[in-house]
Amino acid sequence: MNLAVRDIRYHRGRFILTSIGLGLLLGVVMSMGGIYRGLFADALAVLDSTRADIWVVQQDTNGPFAENSRIPEDIKYRVQAVPGVAEAAPLSFQTIQVERMGKPFRFFLIGYDLNGFGGPPGVIAGRDIRQKHYEMVVAKAMKMEIGEKIHLGLHDYTVVGITGKVVSSGGDPAAYVSLADAQDIQFKKDNDAIRNDRERIGTNLAGIRYLSPAQATYLQQNIADLTESTHTVNTIVARLAPGADIKEVQGRISRWNHFRPISVEEQTKILTKGMIEKARMQLGLFRIILLVISAVIISLIIYTSTLDKIRVIATLKLIGSQNRVIIGMILQQSLLMGIIAYAIGYVMILLTYEKFPRRIVLEPFDLQALFVIVVAICMISSFVGIRKALRVEPAEALGG
Amino acid sequence: MYAIEVERLTKIYGKGETAVTAIADATFQVTPGELVAILGPSGSGKTTLLTAIGLINEPTRGKLVIDGTAVADGGWLPGLDLKRLRREKLGFIFQAHNLIPFLSARENVMIALEINHLTRTEARNRADELLSALNLGHRLDNYPSALSGGEAQRVAIARALANKPSVILADEPTAALDTENGKNVMALLKELAVENNSAILVVTHDHRMVEGFDRIFHVSDGRIAGEETNGVQHAGTAPALQG
Repeated sequence: MNLAVRDIRYHRGRFILTSIGLGLLLGVVMSMGGIYRGLFADALAVLDSTRADIWVVQQDTNGPFAENSRIPEDIKYRVQAVPGVAEAAPLSFQTIQVERMGKPFRFFLIGYDLNGFGGPPGVIAGRDIRQKHYEMVVAKAMKMEIGEKIHLGLHDYTVVGITGKVVSSGGDPAAYVSLADAQDIQFKKDNDAIRNDRERIGTNLAGIRYLSPAQATYLQQNIADLTESTHTVNTIVARLAPGADIKEVQGRISRWNHFRPISVEEQTKILTKGMIEKARMQLGLFRIILLVISAVIISLIIYTSTLDKIRVIATLKLIGSQNRVIIGMILQQSLLMGIIAYAIGYVMILLTYEKFPRRIVLEPFDLQALFVIVVAICMISSFVGIRKALRVEPAEALGG
Repeated sequence: MYAIEVERLTKIYGKGETAVTAIADATFQVTPGELVAILGPSGSGKTTLLTAIGLINEPTRGKLVIDGTAVADGGWLPGLDLKRLRREKLGFIFQAHNLIPFLSARENVMIALEINHLTRTEARNRADELLSALNLGHRLDNYPSALSGGEAQRVAIARALANKPSVILADEPTAALDTENGKNVMALLKELAVENNSAILVVTHDHRMVEGFDRIFHVSDGRIAGEETNGVQHAGTAPALQG
């Protein structure tokens, strides 16, 4: 006869409520693990979707994600010409926050060369960008409709396609525009600013007495062109030809002195170790604290449940029950509670994880490991109850 | 062969100046099928005597033999499996029935059988048989909370009888019952003692409940102060008694 099941059946209301409470706690532990994995997935989403081997960024920076990096767009031709490089493409990144429907609307804007790579990894609705200007592909998480317009910089952009789940390392959903548009949005000044700049340059040049009016006009035009230029990108990404030695390619680009070629492994390290390390540790600590809380709660529940059954245990001992019957009752109850709570937590997280504002990635290994930890916690937690039960004297069954 | 043989059984709690003698030199025998009461006021040592005979309270001195098995001689004899002896030779009835609240009447009897290694089917059949014999056939699946005090005590009696023990020890079995139910339980114990040929030792402080018992031991201050046999009172110096 299974005494644990009989006791649970008799006190089912109390057991269900306790299991739900514990299940919610374990659900939070699972979600913490999912958020932790999600941080990794988010941090590497753009990196993975770009499928580049080398990221050329501004010298002495860890760009373009961890630090700001600005390099001239035309460097792509030099990178392309390096032996071993199969293709190179410029990319521009910026985080934008505008107001949409009266609420802050934040996303990560990626500008890419329509003839290169680094664009949306797959369009699940609508189409890719075909025009050089004013078209946009957005991540599904932005919840925008095809045909919807959004005002960025000086222009309106129309959503022509929806892509899957691509986010920035900060978790903001990604939107794609052509490189030219991204550069305009990021660098192009409005007309007043342009007029002001030109006047300031003209005034400065007019103060130089030895310039002829023709020279001054020529210089003013050239300087204005330079200051108004938007041909700057955050990185040039390169894919290597089959069999190419990445170290050799990196060595060649490094010798140019103005750029840093970061391999995809190095970029992964920058993103995971540098950018999300603290968040990872924070989440890890929370998970440990929650597991300790779960262990304490299970211990308390099992201990108080054992105290409730002192007379039952004493009676069982008095009628000659073996210790294994009593240990089995306590241990099985603890394990059943842990397993049912785990199942409740799992179902809860399975039903809700897509509704979380940040990505939750449920890895089977994490869930299995948590299951093993929960079982271990239940076994350890039941120890206090078992110890109490084994100390109960059969004589306690006597008397009123 | 006696069901219970007690010879100069003594239990002392504590040591030195703080030592308290709970039972002193108790000596008596109970034969199978005999219904014996230990009567005395609270604190007289009757429950200590019962727990010593019930193999849950180690005697300090003296001998104890249960159903031919020597269990104590100045303390428990080495190599004894007291739990097994309790399971196989003893049945217990408690003051407050002590049924397991989360088991039905049938399961409360079955548990005593299953821990004594009977199969589930055997245990179930025996439990049904016992409970039906005690007029509880209609209450098999009821939890103790749904039983009256008298019914619950009858389930407890069925559990005590489950393994056909040679000795049944009852600790104030009528204390939680009204007079009528108490008398019914005592009458039932008398019947069972004869039917099962079990020695039944009942500890009580209520002399009204021991009418018709084969023998009554009066206990006072840890000593057996007197014995009644079939209504005839003997002094504490009766040959079977010491102390």
